[in-house]
Amino acid sequence: MTALTGLAKRRLFWPVVALLALLAGDLVASPAFFSIELRDGHLYGNLIDILKNGAPLILIAIGMTLVIATRGIDLSVGAVVAISGSLACLWIAEHPGGVGATLVAVGLALGLSLVLGAWNGWLVAALGIQPIIATLILMVAGRGIAQLISGGQIITITSAPYEWIGSGFVLTLPSAILIALAVFVLASLLVRRSALGLLVEAVGGNPEASRLAGLRSARLTWLVYVFCALCAGIAGLMISANVHSADANHAGLFIELDAILAVVVGGTQLTGGRFSVGGAVIGALLIQTLTTTVYALGIPPEAIMLFKAVVVLAVCLLQSPAFRRKLRRRRAPRPGQPAPAPAPEKVEVTA
Amino acid sequence: MTTLDRVRGYRPKQRHLPILATMALLVGAYVFGASSYEAFGSGQVVLDLFINNAFLLVVAVGMTFVILTGGIDLSVGSVVALSTVVSGDLMQKHGWPAYAAIAVVLVVGALLGAGMGALIHFFEIQPFIATLIGMFFARGLCYTISTEAYSIDNPTIATLAQTQIPLGGELHISISVVVALVVVAVAVYVLAFTHFGRTVYSIGGNAQSAMLMGLKTGRTKIAVYTISGLCSALGGLLLVLYKSSGDPLNGVGLELTAIAAVVIGGTILTGGSGYVLGTVLGIMVLGIIQTLITFDGTLNSWWTSIITGALLFVFIVLQRLVTRRTR
Repeated sequence: MTALTGLAKRRLFWPVVALLALLAGDLVASPAFFSIELRDGHLYGNLIDILKNGAPLILIAIGMTLVIATRGIDLSVGAVVAISGSLACLWIAEHPGGVGATLVAVGLALGLSLVLGAWNGWLVAALGIQPIIATLILMVAGRGIAQLISGGQIITITSAPYEWIGSGFVLTLPSAILIALAVFVLASLLVRRSALGLLVEAVGGNPEASRLAGLRSARLTWLVYVFCALCAGIAGLMISANVHSADANHAGLFIELDAILAVVVGGTQLTGGRFSVGGAVIGALLIQTLTTTVYALGIPPEAIMLFKAVVVLAVCLLQSPAFRRKLRRRRAPRPGQPAPAPAPEKVEVTA
Repeated sequence: MTTLDRVRGYRPKQRHLPILATMALLVGAYVFGASSYEAFGSGQVVLDLFINNAFLLVVAVGMTFVILTGGIDLSVGSVVALSTVVSGDLMQKHGWPAYAAIAVVLVVGALLGAGMGALIHFFEIQPFIATLIGMFFARGLCYTISTEAYSIDNPTIATLAQTQIPLGGELHISISVVVALVVVAVAVYVLAFTHFGRTVYSIGGNAQSAMLMGLKTGRTKIAVYTISGLCSALGGLLLVLYKSSGDPLNGVGLELTAIAAVVIGGTILTGGSGYVLGTVLGIMVLGIIQTLITFDGTLNSWWTSIITGALLFVFIVLQRLVTRRTR
């Protein structure tokens, strides 16, 4: 019992429970949801789709976690996704070729993403503009830049090496998820095996105090925005490679909100200071599972947003210490009574 | 001491600096526009700023209350859309009289706001997330009610929409502008002269001390989100007047425009400092950027968004530099 209560206090417990509950619901509603088959040496199935289609969101959520850990927020990731995809596709469309052209395209797109991240970081760290407003500038201008690059057209391309980034397979697994996994491992090592994570937490906890303690907090702040933009840039490559085209208007639309949701569902506070990269990955998987579930169960697309609101609300309530305290207090005087059902009751509050 | 000395010796109060900076930039932009384009100088351009942005102004006033407490409301765009869809549904599909529909819309907006406020206060869910959930919820309701736009031809709405109030000369304003200005006046009064207004500022300054001082912080927090929901619903109704339609796609990204207006107007996102009049100026800044681009007329859609971003950058950085130098 004590082991169980200890487990319940772990930060990742509730997101994992929510994810498992959602998957269990899928199992009950449609057992075929879990079928995975091997075709031409590649794995296919809903679960693999969740991993493959969720890879861009996972990447962005990882970057966003570090930004949020410094008390920031990055609204421009959707625009960076569009810009990176447009630039890479433009290069490939104009220089058809094999692996070489793809490498140049990837290099150009990621290079530009780094520049955009540095721009965000400069506004926040050097000019001291509030992050939400600083990144709003690129969010507004970014789609325009992406359209400028693509000339207002949807660029369609055919390039096997480039498409591999989005829809290729390595050892039966989708390459997109392996790329996301690599970034996750890298980020986890950096923040947990070096002092970097501690420094980021210090800056997020109290920027002024950490500066006085001798941390180069401006440089760290700069770094997290660059990293976040780089993650968004890779995600942009994946998204455009997956659909063989770059759509400046719609690629990565509202992905910033999904990413922020994923980070928060994963147990990172928006007030900065404490963060969990693993939690963000779980959160992103939860959101992607939600979307896949909605399609797999044939729920009308109009209801997707309602469904999402209700599930996210339930997860946030479960995680909220205040909510759990209130539940316990209500239950305590009459131990014989069954606990009140939490989720439906709260849904009515929102309505 | 001569008048001239007094003018020379004038130092604006520190807390008024951001607003003054925005005002100076606004005047600068207007003078630039008037000298570049002949028609820009007519007074109607300024009045049109109000006419075109009346709904946004009302939404941003609600947002000002929320941001002053240190919160944020991401649901406003969706609530605006929900208001237009609900009014379209009630009036066009069910033939309700306009005023009954308006009442329902306002109640729905206020209830949504109160619900989010309750989540934030009772369950300590962060405002960003609670209102993001509200955003999905309201937008989801829009699509569940209708996936297509309603064209609204209710006679009362048409009369309200077409009435022009002459101001002498060629100048005129719409009823929406009057509504928006009344909302602004009420908000200014409430924030500057009432107990409730002072509580809003003190929560933004330091919620803990406000609570220890015995202020009703919980009630006030729920109230500001209710006000924001109500203002968004009213903004949605003004949008119905402006466009004569209800569309589930209305107001996408509106929340960020409103937040930008509030911040450009000198309110800081951590709360506790700022003015409704600053928000009015913020709306004017965004409006004048749009107007300058419209008057140029040669820009295609992507240059429009790039230049909007660039001008936003210029305004924010100039304001930042002005306020920093005097510190």
